[in-house]
Amino acid sequence: MDLGPYILLATLEGAVTAAVLALTAVGLSLVFGVMRVVNIAHGEFFMLGAVIAWYVANGLSGHPATGFFAALIIAPLLVGVLAMAVDMTILKRLNYDPERTIVATIGLLYILQQGALMTYGPEARPVEAPFNTRIALPWPEWGETGLSFYYPWGLSTTSYKLAVIAAAALVLLGVWGMMTRTKLGLVMRATQADREMALAFGIPVERVYAMVFGIGAGLAALAAVLIVPIQQAHYLMGADPLLLSFIVVIIGGLGSLPGTVVAAIIIGLSDGIISVFFSPTLAKILATLLVGLVLVFRPQGLFGTRAA
Amino acid sequence: MLELREISAGYGHAQVLRELSLSVAPGEILCLLGRNGAGKTTTMKAVMGLLPLISGSVWLDGQEISRLPPHRVPQAGLGYVPQGRRLFTGLSVAQNLEIGLRTRGSGRHVRDEVLALFPRLRERLSQRAETLSGGEQQMLAMARALCIEPKALLLDEPTEGLQPSMIDAIRQVIARLRESGVAILLVEQRVDAVLSVADRVVFIENGRNGETMSAEALRKDHSLIDRYVGI
Ligand SMILES: Nc1ncnc2c1ncn2[C@@H]1O[C@H](COP(=O)(O)OP(=O)(O)OP(=O)(O)O)[C@@H](O)[C@H]1O
Ligand SMILES: [Mg+2]
Repeated sequence: MDLGPYILLATLEGAVTAAVLALTAVGLSLVFGVMRVVNIAHGEFFMLGAVIAWYVANGLSGHPATGFFAALIIAPLLVGVLAMAVDMTILKRLNYDPERTIVATIGLLYILQQGALMTYGPEARPVEAPFNTRIALPWPEWGETGLSFYYPWGLSTTSYKLAVIAAAALVLLGVWGMMTRTKLGLVMRATQADREMALAFGIPVERVYAMVFGIGAGLAALAAVLIVPIQQAHYLMGADPLLLSFIVVIIGGLGSLPGTVVAAIIIGLSDGIISVFFSPTLAKILATLLVGLVLVFRPQGLFGTRAA
Repeated sequence: MLELREISAGYGHAQVLRELSLSVAPGEILCLLGRNGAGKTTTMKAVMGLLPLISGSVWLDGQEISRLPPHRVPQAGLGYVPQGRRLFTGLSVAQNLEIGLRTRGSGRHVRDEVLALFPRLRERLSQRAETLSGGEQQMLAMARALCIEPKALLLDEPTEGLQPSMIDAIRQVIARLRESGVAILLVEQRVDAVLSVADRVVFIENGRNGETMSAEALRKDHSLIDRYVGI
């Protein structure tokens, strides 16, 4: 295969990573932006989404698509409700203190992880994709007869991977619409701007917080359901998404949703391309280096407005 | 009628207010005067339910609002213009007003009435709050509070850092609100401004009640002013 098709292949792989990462990171960013809570357990909500997806897909008989689409709805809902309960029983009691909530969510990370180990077990288990047609991709060639297309050997993707990218884009648009066009979004942004004034204008801040924490966790779970046909569910799978989400949120600017999405695309694509040409480890090293550079030269992130 | 009955409040272990009492009748402007750090802003936060009371109670038209959760206090009819404006940044002028209108489900006509008081805001509805000039921001802070159609209004230094013409405009709005029967609790640093607009003055010192007197009596005798806010 020539270099060109090879880069296209790497870009497609990177786009899938970017899509899932964008969903996960937007969840983290939303929680940090509105609540000023750094949720260390965010990766475990991701893991729970995948594990629940496996249970749902396995519990339902029939066509694999039935189980998958049921999981797509049930897993984010269950994880969202669990997160709301965590907010109301733990974070609220800590008065959303920035430091104490970090310690609390570290504890939550271990509880969820070990809980998954005790019930789901140490195995990695796959969930079958609802559809998975291999799609060969054409590559343009400029020959004697003019422009023509051929299908390089190995240049292909699957219908499922394309669907993941499309689904993530749709959900992100939905989140954007919710934040900018709905009453809930208005109230969330007012709370983000000034919690005390939000209370002084009748906004039930505690309910908004529970909602935001639930939505943030639900987005992570949704991302996990999307990726589990490609990656398998495992009780330790939350670590990478957590690290990458933090990288993305810092690069994009803490609390900035557009910045988070752009940073997810940069990190996801470069991760895909560097992993294909060099090694996944190098990709992580470079991403971490980029965070270091951003923190030194532009601490508010690429899209952040004020130093956090 | 807004009534504070011997309220004590503070931040953590640091008590600031000590059995402070005062009351404001509908259509009255009561001014709270005191040195920097005397507890004027703290009083307003305590009334809004943003600080837990150690003891005492706050009543609005016979309802004990200090028993309500904080977000229910404004819904009882209490408007708040905080020190330093504290607008919802990132939101437009229209959205800031929208939050105010939603507090008590005020109708569209309220928005029009409020914008009639501050015509400059009408031209800037889609502008982000933080990009307004200082004077415009103060107008928006007032307008946002008026959107809830308050029975009582808490104004914490509403003319801080404004030029004289702007101060006049704000003062005219305050006078009109008094005429329409709103109970107004006002904190002001400029004594001359206070005396020209207030009905009564309460001095506050170290979070405690000092003298209370009519603005008229104070105009004739400046010695109390020197004692409570002089250097
Ligand atoms: N968040 C806080 N935490 C701890 N102490 C506080 C806090 N806010 C205010 N204080 C203290 O409470 C006291 C009263 O402050 P307050 O803001 O009520 O004063 P003020 O009368 O409004 O003063 P100014 O005229 O400067 O606005 C001060 O000693 C201040 O240091
Ligand atoms: Mg003050």
